Amino acid sequence: MFKQRLLKAALASVWFMVLTFPLMGIQLNRVDNVVNWRFDRTAMMGVGIFVLAMLWNWCFERRALGLPIIKLPDKVINTAYCLPARPLFRRGLPAAILLGMLLMPLVSSIYQTNIMISALLYVMLALGLNIVVGLAGQLVLGYAAFYAVGAYTYGILYEYFGLTFWVCLPLGGLAAVLAGLLLGLPVLGLRGDYLAIVTLGFGEIVRLLLLSQADITGGPAGISNIPRPGFFGMEMSLDQVTTYIYYLVLGAVLLTIMVISRLKNSRVGLALQALREDEIACEAMGVNTTRVKLSAFVLCSCWAGFAGVIFAAKTTYINPASFTFMESAMILSMVVLGGMGSITGVVIAAMLLILAPEYLRAFSEYRMLLFGAIMVLMMIFRPQGIVSSERRQYRIPSDRQNVTDNKELSA
Amino acid sequence: MNPVLEVRGLSRFFGGLKAVSDVSLTVHEHEIVALIGPNGAGKTTFFNCVTGIYTPSTGDVLLHTGDKTTRLNGKKPHQITALGMARTFQNIRLFPGMTVLENVMLGRHCRTKAGVLGALLRNAATRHEEQNTIDRAYELLRSVNLHNAYASTAKNLPYGAQRRLEIARALATDPSVLLLDEPAAGMNPFETRELENLVKDIRKKYNLCVLLIEHDMNMVMSMSDRIYVMEHGSCIAEGTPEQIRHNPKVIKAYLGEESDA
Repeated sequence: MFKQRLLKAALASVWFMVLTFPLMGIQLNRVDNVVNWRFDRTAMMGVGIFVLAMLWNWCFERRALGLPIIKLPDKVINTAYCLPARPLFRRGLPAAILLGMLLMPLVSSIYQTNIMISALLYVMLALGLNIVVGLAGQLVLGYAAFYAVGAYTYGILYEYFGLTFWVCLPLGGLAAVLAGLLLGLPVLGLRGDYLAIVTLGFGEIVRLLLLSQADITGGPAGISNIPRPGFFGMEMSLDQVTTYIYYLVLGAVLLTIMVISRLKNSRVGLALQALREDEIACEAMGVNTTRVKLSAFVLCSCWAGFAGVIFAAKTTYINPASFTFMESAMILSMVVLGGMGSITGVVIAAMLLILAPEYLRAFSEYRMLLFGAIMVLMMIFRPQGIVSSERRQYRIPSDRQNVTDNKELSA
Repeated sequence: MNPVLEVRGLSRFFGGLKAVSDVSLTVHEHEIVALIGPNGAGKTTFFNCVTGIYTPSTGDVLLHTGDKTTRLNGKKPHQITALGMARTFQNIRLFPGMTVLENVMLGRHCRTKAGVLGALLRNAATRHEEQNTIDRAYELLRSVNLHNAYASTAKNLPYGAQRRLEIARALATDPSVLLLDEPAAGMNPFETRELENLVKDIRKKYNLCVLLIEHDMNMVMSMSDRIYVMEHGSCIAEGTPEQIRHNPKVIKAYLGEESDA
């Protein structure tokens, strides 16, 4: 058994050495026109892969036996399981996090605050996408298009009509909704892969339009000098305005969380989840799937529009490079990594995916590699995401009966 | 007795194939009607035409509710459900990741109306409607004896319970006709008998008529008021269980003809 494992790992390491040899093992010296053979690097690669493969196999074996990958002492596990049920923890932790978030810009540098603003923007975007992808199970790959529509609405309306941030915020949402309807109406009949491909195309169309219609959008140069949001016409320093935007985005995120959690636990939300689970049964049970899908689309694109306007106001400069497919893929991976339909999970994943690369700048060369590795590992060992969708508790009739009984008893 | 579901001369072609040709069928108030026939006879296609998954090529599907008659041809499945016809599926189609209660609550969708705005504001009307939905769903679970499992995930239920949950979900749409597509498939004799009693109970309790496709002859013979027999897309016999049992055409369809050379 052990011998087999060794053999497998050795095979993997040889295979990787062969694969990566042209990249890592050969170095061309263009000055002297000689080739430097870097066998040492290849060998290091081999050793690394060997160790990883051993670890990998060990993990798989544990998983096959149904054992947890890391065995924590029972006491730790028990407390971890009981924690969420404790009222102190359930109310205390979110309150503590909120307090931390509220105090953060007062103590941190502008740089840190800016990073946090973009992380919060992504939280907003990911939660918006979570409606369509996580709740309704419709794969949308061109989400950045709606984000772009929102940002450009503000940019263009400011440039040509001088409209301010607060006027443009609802208009940006509206424009994104119109774009969502434009895309949504014709493709509602499509499912799964087909929908994914159409939305992917839509995302590219929007980006290319922004590039090509240079007279309106400024083309690749984009739109610059977009004003930051105003606060009753007050003059603010860069420091103050950053803090102001931070609170604005934080408020927007809190609002988003409230809206999404209410939506999720409503009649419409239930229909969306049913749509994800089984579309045919959902339709047969009397749900107008077209209408439900459309409302999900509208809400989801509206949120991207809002985020887009805030993004334009925050960076004061937008160009099509900010709205590539990479952006859509990033937001989608936040939803998948966080756990389809889970609010907490998506928030955590969005924070992780934005903050980790920022704080891993020390390993800047490898951070995308690390990022990829984390994604692969997550999908293998925890495909349901960080938080597998939390279910709502319902008040059933007999429960209420008990409650009233208890009240009578105590009275 | 007044007819509730009336199908007149229904045909459905797939290219040159006549899956169902000229089938007429009536289900009266408070009646349990079975549709039987060998595999590939066109029963499920017939069902799909009636429930709106397919549009009939010719013929009429009429639903009489109260003093109103609606022609169902070309209507979408969700519209048909809203008009008062609910169905279950041959291969159970629950919402596997949702809880038992949520499955039934979804059935109330077409009888409730809170929209996105209501969801966001959570005003009194929305909350009231939601609690009504929960109460009603729980009551329905009680009538199929699943109320103790209301919080479990649907996919974790045993097979027989999943069938019952599917029936409860269909009942939640307040149907006047209940269509059951092979409800006893894959059940053992004990579960089948339980199901038979359940269907009879709910018919009485909710004042429904039932149309079912079934292969289990014992069940069909003992519970249905009338039986239609299909073969090769057309209806070859109609009558009470006793008449069907002795109908030579039916015997031939099921057992084959003796071929003396």
